[in-house]
Amino acid sequence: MTFCLKNSRNIISKLKPKVGLLSLMKQSSDCCYSSCLNHSNHCNFLPVTATSPFVKQLKNPDSNSHKKGRFFVFERFESTTAEKQIASVPNGEDNQVLNFPGGKVIFSPEMRFLSESPSLHAHCYRVLDDNGQLIRHSNFIQVSEDIAVKMYSNMVTLQTLDTIFYEAQRQGRISFYVTTIGEEAINIASAAALTLDDFVFPQYREPGVLLWRGFTLQEFANQCFGNKADYGKGRQMPIHYGSNKHKYFTVSSTIATQIPHAVGAAYSLKMDKKDACAVTYFGDGGTSEGDFHAALNFAAVTEAPVIFICRNNGWAISTPTSDQFRSDGIAVRGQAYGVRSIRVDGNDVLAIYSAVHAARKMAVNEHRPILIEAVTYRVGHHSTSDDSTKYRPADEIEWWRMARDPVTRFRKWIESNGWWSSEAESQLRSSIRNQLLQAIQLAEKVEKPPVKDLFTDVYDDLPPNLREQEKLLRETINRHPKDYPADVPL
Amino acid sequence: MKLEMGTGTALRNIIGRRFGHGWKRPFSTATCDVENQHSANANTNAKSINLYSAINQALHIALETDPRAFVFGEDVSFGGVFRCTTGLADRFGKTRVFNTPLCEQGIVGFGIGLAAMGNRAIAEIQFADYIYPAFDQIVNEAAKFRYRSGNQFNCGGLTIRAPYGAVGHGGHYHSQSPEAFFCHVPGIKVVIPRSPMQAKGLLLSCIRDPNPVVFFEPKWLYRLAVGEVPEHDYMLPLSEAEVIRKGSDITLVGWGAQLSIMEQACIDAEKDGISCELIDLKTLIPWDKETVEASVRKTGRVLISHEAPVTGGFGAEISASIVERCFLRLEAPVARVCGLDTPFPLVFEPFYMPTKNKILDTIKATVNY
Repeated sequence: MTFCLKNSRNIISKLKPKVGLLSLMKQSSDCCYSSCLNHSNHCNFLPVTATSPFVKQLKNPDSNSHKKGRFFVFERFESTTAEKQIASVPNGEDNQVLNFPGGKVIFSPEMRFLSESPSLHAHCYRVLDDNGQLIRHSNFIQVSEDIAVKMYSNMVTLQTLDTIFYEAQRQGRISFYVTTIGEEAINIASAAALTLDDFVFPQYREPGVLLWRGFTLQEFANQCFGNKADYGKGRQMPIHYGSNKHKYFTVSSTIATQIPHAVGAAYSLKMDKKDACAVTYFGDGGTSEGDFHAALNFAAVTEAPVIFICRNNGWAISTPTSDQFRSDGIAVRGQAYGVRSIRVDGNDVLAIYSAVHAARKMAVNEHRPILIEAVTYRVGHHSTSDDSTKYRPADEIEWWRMARDPVTRFRKWIESNGWWSSEAESQLRSSIRNQLLQAIQLAEKVEKPPVKDLFTDVYDDLPPNLREQEKLLRETINRHPKDYPADVPL
Repeated sequence: MKLEMGTGTALRNIIGRRFGHGWKRPFSTATCDVENQHSANANTNAKSINLYSAINQALHIALETDPRAFVFGEDVSFGGVFRCTTGLADRFGKTRVFNTPLCEQGIVGFGIGLAAMGNRAIAEIQFADYIYPAFDQIVNEAAKFRYRSGNQFNCGGLTIRAPYGAVGHGGHYHSQSPEAFFCHVPGIKVVIPRSPMQAKGLLLSCIRDPNPVVFFEPKWLYRLAVGEVPEHDYMLPLSEAEVIRKGSDITLVGWGAQLSIMEQACIDAEKDGISCELIDLKTLIPWDKETVEASVRKTGRVLISHEAPVTGGFGAEISASIVERCFLRLEAPVARVCGLDTPFPLVFEPFYMPTKNKILDTIKATVNY
């Protein structure tokens, strides 16, 4: 509480006589109040930061914007309070106000364009330093030993799962795989901060969320092998997991298409008055898709309790973020749509945990969307079909793998609390490794789903054209059995 | 212009509620009664209304019978640009009937999410001409939602409504018939009504069908088509074509507004001694091949007509299927009388359209082959 208020009081004292900025201050203090509802929570949510364009102009002695700037009052955000503020302040000099459909705006004779980019980027919230030690004065949600160790174990499990399955693809045992190396903190810590009642709409680099929720190593293996135990019935490529009992919607390869789904789902939860939100994940590349913009806009207008988590890992296959956008990353885009946003160190478990925790509270209690930009690095290749050394230096990858590994960083913190040891470490790693090898061996032997599952679930029931096609196919199979794989039962 | 239907139709309507093809379709709270629309039964309340009013009635009933039904899209709150959503926001509130931002991909994407949570999401696309930004969501997401998840998830509660077709002055972007694009997508259904009475019953079926449906409404008929529409809640079966005029010399197949043009051609052909059987396909996918095939076996000739451009239009699918099934029975090549392979023109609309006389000429050519 104090952190936020102090910040806004400083601003208030500088801006007191300035008419136009009252709405902004109100906005900021409101924002801090609501985000500080939980007294242990001091996250630095936008719009007020030291870098916001309005404040920057104020610090510029040449700027006249404090008198003549144009500021919008967001009616829905402020309701009547801000309007009262405007009305109660005497109109100085030429300050005229236009009441137009979007709200009240103050005129300015000065032609001032909003800058295309601030010279300082939006701040990035962090709790642990690079050595896994708490930063002084850091504000975060306390995490119990149980949760911390569970998070750490899950991160190690995810890391090991990735290593072994990647190998399995290289050995030709599965056709394809996508690793989450470098992004374990985003996966696990965000999942830990949510509840099991929340609905997840993943992109494809978030198996850790499913892992946290209880998807077993065997279930992962079954999907990758497309055997008859795969809930997806062998229809999709590996890593296209989905599990209704874990409220984890099935992955589709198309980018960003899941983002508007999450908004519709969140709206449903709001209508049902559930204590739950929808969460959706996507990468930096995904934020260029139209569906991202559509979804954020819809979420703001429909006031949907949805959390948008962007894994800004620097790369969309071979495309670096400098070829992806020219905005200050993703967090500022939320602001453009009227969505409260924050940038977080994506490799910091505690920061992610706290931010998602706070976001969930706001989303559910205030029926609002929240955007979280988790800054990280994609240590692995895009997929097993990619060799990223072709477009980025190998030493850059190595540096992020070693010096910025989120798993090691968190390990240092839990060890410094006496919650972990190297014995526990080696025990965990070898146990997980054995379980994984067994899961793969077993999944490999299980037969594939039967041919009839080629035709089922296109609709809720088989229409005549599919019944006919199945019949004809079976006749063809009888005539030419050698054309067809032996492990798919007829 | 009123669409008249013969007794065959009335009979069909009564038995139209059969549950053949081993297909089950769970209804929510709908009644199963189908009223014979010509009966003067005192229990039947039917009023003469136009197409947009019939659609409006269906939407009122859908929202009234299912508290988890929603209607949303551009401008639906005040009643919609074609008045199909009149009165809904006032009656059911703005949390269930609401305007969306101007973004078709958002409308459908949001609708998929809503439907995936078990709601009936009735999305409106303002003109079928603007449906394309939503094509990815429809093809890659809605159509595959159930299949790709192994039936763990589905968005069957999604219905997308869009006005389609020529309107006399619509030009490129207010006249399109894009149904063929969607007929190529396994996993969705495509339904097109020909009249107010059909529209209400079919739309209610689409809304309650456990699969995502694209429902194209012939905008030409919104005001022009007037017919007796029962006031109560009723549903008409999907994937069942209807013989709306019985005949013996040639089978004509069509849907939507084009049927009334085809019917005029049938009436004129009769004066020349040609007996035409006219079939309304109603559901384009999955389509009722049996009914069409049975008719062609009787007549030996078939003519398909649609406003959409002839190349790659849905008539091509019907033609290929009929030739596969009825080759030896056919007395003449399958004929198609369709729009030209051009963008839909303004001044040239009368030249572009598959008119009554184009159809009549083709009927005669086919019969005299």
